[in-house]
Amino acid sequence: MLKRLLDPLSGVHVPHRKNTALMEAVRMPPPATVVIPTVMHIGAPAKPVVKAGDKVAVGQLIAESGGFISAPVHASVSGTVKKVEDIVLSNGRSAPAVFIESDGEMRPYEGIEKPKIESLADLAEAVRASGIVGLGGAGFPTSVKLAIKDIEQAEYFLINGAECEPYITSDTRTMLDYTDLVERGVRRISNFLKPKAVYIGIEKNKPKSIAKLKKRFADDPHIIVKGLPPMYPQGGEKVLIYNTVGRIVPEGKLPLDVGVVIMNVTTLANIEQYIETGMPLVEKLVTVDGSAVKEPKNVFVPIGTKLGDVFEFCGGFKEEPKKVLYGGPMMGTAVPDLSAPILKNTNAILAFTEKDAAYHEETPCIRCGNCVNHCPMRLNPPAIAKAFNNKDGAELYKQRVNLCMECGACSFVCPAHQPIVQRHKLAKTIVRNWQNSQKGGKA
Amino acid sequence: MEQKDSKLIVSVSPHIASGRTTKGIMLDVIIALIPALIAGTVIFGLRALLVAAVCIASCLAGETLFNLITKRKHTIGDLSAVVTGLILALNLPASIGIYPAIIGSLFAIIVIKCLFGGLGKNFANPAAAARVMMLLAFTEAMSKTAPIQLAVDTVASPTPLAIMKGAEGTLPAITDMLLGLRGGAMGETCAVALVLGGLYLIVRRVITWHTPVVYIGAVFVLSLIIDGNIEAALYQVLSGGLLLGAFFMATDYVTTPTTNLGKAVFGLGCALLTVLIRRLGSYPEGVSFSILLMNLFTNYIDKATRRKPLGEVKA
Repeated sequence: MLKRLLDPLSGVHVPHRKNTALMEAVRMPPPATVVIPTVMHIGAPAKPVVKAGDKVAVGQLIAESGGFISAPVHASVSGTVKKVEDIVLSNGRSAPAVFIESDGEMRPYEGIEKPKIESLADLAEAVRASGIVGLGGAGFPTSVKLAIKDIEQAEYFLINGAECEPYITSDTRTMLDYTDLVERGVRRISNFLKPKAVYIGIEKNKPKSIAKLKKRFADDPHIIVKGLPPMYPQGGEKVLIYNTVGRIVPEGKLPLDVGVVIMNVTTLANIEQYIETGMPLVEKLVTVDGSAVKEPKNVFVPIGTKLGDVFEFCGGFKEEPKKVLYGGPMMGTAVPDLSAPILKNTNAILAFTEKDAAYHEETPCIRCGNCVNHCPMRLNPPAIAKAFNNKDGAELYKQRVNLCMECGACSFVCPAHQPIVQRHKLAKTIVRNWQNSQKGGKA
Repeated sequence: MEQKDSKLIVSVSPHIASGRTTKGIMLDVIIALIPALIAGTVIFGLRALLVAAVCIASCLAGETLFNLITKRKHTIGDLSAVVTGLILALNLPASIGIYPAIIGSLFAIIVIKCLFGGLGKNFANPAAAARVMMLLAFTEAMSKTAPIQLAVDTVASPTPLAIMKGAEGTLPAITDMLLGLRGGAMGETCAVALVLGGLYLIVRRVITWHTPVVYIGAVFVLSLIIDGNIEAALYQVLSGGLLLGAFFMATDYVTTPTTNLGKAVFGLGCALLTVLIRRLGSYPEGVSFSILLMNLFTNYIDKATRRKPLGEVKA
């Protein structure tokens, strides 16, 4: 506690723009077709198990897990598989996707059954079968986090409800509208993990969510609902761990190595829902907003629905969109066109007008130090830039560019509009090549 | 919705910015310097304005000319040349000749800034370097001080620092020191105006408190230790170019450290050098020399005060 007071992590004050915070989620009608990629997570692609012409129902397995760090994929609508074909994802990777023509009935798969859970191993297995991945945005297969060999290791269970990105309110709505699910989920998973304490971290700009959850857990002193300062990026995994339990995750280590199991609140709610109903992850609560959107909403969307269809459901566009994002404006990915599908880890889609999409001309770095003093990871972007320009892998490693979580705080505050995040992404590749060459040299 | 809409912009995150720009920062610095310019004009007469205009125009012309000759993009729109010209002007006595002012400005902008690669690349503070160069090249003109228009007898008197070092004359009252009714460069005398401008920059978060507070504070404490007298220490703080230097030159982004700890170290170094030069050097004033010398250490201070990345494990 004292350490956090004396040595707080930096961050930036981003605009909140939580325009949709008071909008209860609505369910959109099934779209005519969905395109479900086999990679919506970090790790190996899932392997398709259906072919063109197959009839599928909601929740039916269409691609099985492709390895330990992977996740299965399920049909999000009932209908007919039209084709299984490679598509290019927004990260540039190409992977097979299952195209399904919806029959509009949303018929659930009759093979759906509730999992039996008696141990942590059962829980991990169930989460694995549910296809659930980190829904806060990272898309890391959640089952891997629960595959804990030594249960003593899990000292703290953290639930991430920070939702620090501007615009996004899907976690807020999950906490407010599905409080029961969240409550039961927290208690169930805590029962298996047996942590010393459970922290639910929520940024203080969501007083309703904090109040509601505090009331629910008033009976249990081990479950602490903690209001976090509204300073971006509170929801960064390492930032949240530092700001709740005061521990620092060493480089190359996982939260579990410092005794922490951490999970996004919507991920948790989806796990609980799967345990109670047996329905895998087939739809996502998505915040639809941005200056170009006519009627911003929180919408339950079948996974694989094209962004264009979702925007259409939200009244279409006020003005021609010039930039469309998966996720929030700080870390979100820009998509090249509206045929991109909703993914498992999509928590928002935002469309911006020309004015908001305007490109800022890069000017020379004036060494103002804003990036240095706002970096939550305490990196030094100007030093990284210098090493990057020299293609100096050793120096980039020394500057620990690999610790950069690409939160964008540096670029946000840069008066010269330097592409700092982009540079760090590229610098990581240089470090990787340098590390490989080091290994090669020694062998 | 099937047709490909290729008109969407694809770029790397983040997709929003704080709205702060280099130009905006420079504008804030200019705004912060205006009280000192007004004070200088009131105290030393309209010639102060003329000197400022000449310096700013020379800096703008110098940078434009350099960019034309070297076929670079024009950069005066970022207002940094205006800031350089204005700070240099405030560092000159209002009585300075027009030609020395032009030469000093061109030296600051072309030799110190443009030749090192332009904005963000120079290692030395252009205004401090030009002031020092002019002190060597135009020693007499630079050491004179324009007559104070507001005084009863408009006679030029030596600067308080020169008086403290033994020149003939009487020290102005402390209120005159605060208001700037004393000999010196046109923009360095009015403490009230400089502190006002400095506070504006801190409130606007253009600069942090670290450099000015440590610099000014350390000069005060060191003088107090040496003289054992609060009044003498106060005179040290209010004399010479300390306030102008501490708020506006030792805080120049480009030539000073980026970390907050580094800024404090930089301020402390400047204070030590300033006191040392004022006490032992042959020049009465040492602020520009100190800042210039400390500029050389910026890179090392930055390295020594590097923040430990969160979770860094030493190999």
